Amino acid sequence: MQRPLENFFRALRAADIRVSPAEGIDAHRTVDLVGYGDRRLFKDALCVALAKTPDEVASFEDCFEMFFAREEFADDGDGDDGDGEDSRQRPEGADGDENFADQLANVPLAEMVLDGEGGELAAAMEQSANRVGATEIQFFSQRGYFARRILDDMGLRDLEKLIAQLRRSGEGDDDDGGDAADLAQRLEQGRRYLLDESRQYVERQYELYARSNGEALREEFLMETRMSNLEQRDFVRMHKIVRRMAKRLATRYSRRRKHTRRGQLDVRRTLRRNMPHDGILFEVLWKQIKIERPKIVVICDVSRSVAAAARFLLLFLYSLNEVIAQLQAFAFSDRLVDVGDILEGNDVETAIPEIMAKIGFRSTDYGQALDDYEENFMDELDRHTTVIILGDGRSNFTDPRIDIMRRLHDRSRAIIWLNPEPETFWGTGDSEMPRYRPFCHVAKTCSTVMHLERVIDDILKSYARS
Amino acid sequence: MTEPRAAKIDNVDDIIAGLGDVGYITSRQIATAIFVAENLTKPILVEGSAGVGKTELALSTAAWLDLPLIRMQCYEGLDESKALYEWKYGKQLLYTQILKDKMGDVLGDAPGLDEAMQKLKGFGDLFFSEDFLEPRPLLRALRQERGAVLLIDEIDKSDEEFEAFLLEILSAFQVTIPEIGTIKSTVPPIVFLTSNNMREMGDALKRRCLHLYIPLPDAKLEERIVAARVPDIEEKLRRKLVAFVQLLREQDLKKLPSISETLDWARVLLLLHADDLAPDLIRDTLNVLLKFEQDIHAVRPQIAEMTRKARQAGDRGYATTA
Repeated sequence: MQRPLENFFRALRAADIRVSPAEGIDAHRTVDLVGYGDRRLFKDALCVALAKTPDEVASFEDCFEMFFAREEFADDGDGDDGDGEDSRQRPEGADGDENFADQLANVPLAEMVLDGEGGELAAAMEQSANRVGATEIQFFSQRGYFARRILDDMGLRDLEKLIAQLRRSGEGDDDDGGDAADLAQRLEQGRRYLLDESRQYVERQYELYARSNGEALREEFLMETRMSNLEQRDFVRMHKIVRRMAKRLATRYSRRRKHTRRGQLDVRRTLRRNMPHDGILFEVLWKQIKIERPKIVVICDVSRSVAAAARFLLLFLYSLNEVIAQLQAFAFSDRLVDVGDILEGNDVETAIPEIMAKIGFRSTDYGQALDDYEENFMDELDRHTTVIILGDGRSNFTDPRIDIMRRLHDRSRAIIWLNPEPETFWGTGDSEMPRYRPFCHVAKTCSTVMHLERVIDDILKSYARS
Repeated sequence: MTEPRAAKIDNVDDIIAGLGDVGYITSRQIATAIFVAENLTKPILVEGSAGVGKTELALSTAAWLDLPLIRMQCYEGLDESKALYEWKYGKQLLYTQILKDKMGDVLGDAPGLDEAMQKLKGFGDLFFSEDFLEPRPLLRALRQERGAVLLIDEIDKSDEEFEAFLLEILSAFQVTIPEIGTIKSTVPPIVFLTSNNMREMGDALKRRCLHLYIPLPDAKLEERIVAARVPDIEEKLRRKLVAFVQLLREQDLKKLPSISETLDWARVLLLLHADDLAPDLIRDTLNVLLKFEQDIHAVRPQIAEMTRKARQAGDRGYATTA
């Protein structure tokens, strides 16, 4: 049973559950403890030992059901046409078989098919599959290839030869010929059943071991795709990616941490702590630096000019809002509104359309938006706050209000401008980027999710360092 | 004394029954987790939303096995000296003062420094011995002769350094105190770590633990829990109130009511001598179930409808969850 369990680990790994060797050993010990008898207990115990987060528990259950479904296939075979008809016909064909006993004896597969032992067939198929390495399947298109190789290994060629032979002798019109044709017919049925089963078997292997590869490939591709080129149907997948990314960033940075500066005595705290000991310094305390939690203001342009990317910018905003405690989110086209409540109170499918409906798709006015911000929210801006502006800086030739930008720059810790356009386009047409740029600590092109992650990572890291 | 404990945790059904006796109704998953944990001597990391019975599980296990429960609440800044051990500085100091006078007698008339040192050597480790050791929860748990249930509560609130520090204890059930040596537990304690998922736990810690996720219960299980915890409440009302809470969980709420809220509510209803669910009654007591003003606000208009459904479900039998 060692082997199936190892294969199961591989399937789990393919499903994004990390199974280290040590956890593998634990699982083996667990299995020794609970045995295979009680399926429920077996599953629960393995789940406890292997799945380490609620998400993993969910994927574990899927994976378990799919992996151990194979045993059911064995039973299935029993009840399927292969067996059902065969066993009914058997008494009558039994004496006929004897005439071909010699030929049958040479082809073990034929005997198995005639016996209609689903379990035996399934076991043979698994063995063959292991021999040809069916679990190594990588791509969906390899199904046919592996199915064929499994069957070859089981001796399908011999079976086919036998069928052809029987057919030929069945063409004679005597009694013997009738028997042969009948037998050939049954073997042919069995052969088709085998083809079906092997194909299904390989498909299951694909689902178990390789499916996630395709998924991963797709996700990688999406991360490198320009946001404006992303399509609606990728939205769900993008949400997953962005969410995972935001979560990763948040775990890394959301806690307030302290650095101990070894070597610098904190005299005041040391004296105070040691008062109970008569002023004798048993305990020495060192100076510490507190690292602040990131405080971030995000201003997101959702106007017509960035319409293609806006949904994904908002998606990012939404995910960021889920994981960073002190985040203020604003969106604007011509007027600026606080969208924190919308992001907070709704799930992503409703929040984004709601914001778009409220202020999206109008013509842009950066000056007005900045003015709105100064009027209503400037008070909350302090030197601990980082301002992130997501937008193309195209302001329809209205007054860009550089003066407000300057004040933002003076009051905040940093201003970071992420522009979906490539840098060569900045300053062309109605783009005000060159005028805003001097007041940004960082101004970068940000057109893919990868860019986004890198930039945010840098920002948060800067909090950790200071 | 270890015999009975091993015998008690012999199979999953016994665990369910045993915990049931002390008023903790478990699902099979939970019992399986305890079973595996005991037999592989591994800690259990329990996750689940607040009020779902994570801490209670440890308390009940201790009560059932009749073992001492040692609880350690984690918080930011928790460190070794508060979790493991500390020297009793005050006592050490006091003793030095008292012994100062005796010093002359001990040293007697040793002629030189070397001789004096020789004489003192015999008393060398006096001040760093067990007498001056103040054991904190972790050390106490390791030193219990019959074993113990160690509950490390809200581990996600502690610092990462502390998490790393726990690793030695959790995998080998031993700690090292420089002045004394390594202390190894004779009977490994049953360890529960609880987490509210404030932050992701490190992989090293996760790897050493079994993972148990306690979800919100279905109607059937919840009814049994209410029956066990608030036995005085009438069966029909119990069914209805559970049905109502189950309906509430289907709403989009900021904080879904969990088991502890259901139990509180059941107690409140009992206190008010309610014998049936009425919209007015629910409206008045909704703040027991929902902890956010927005949530209460969102639910209020639907109370009449939900009450009707809950009462139907209560009359029909077990409430169904969608």
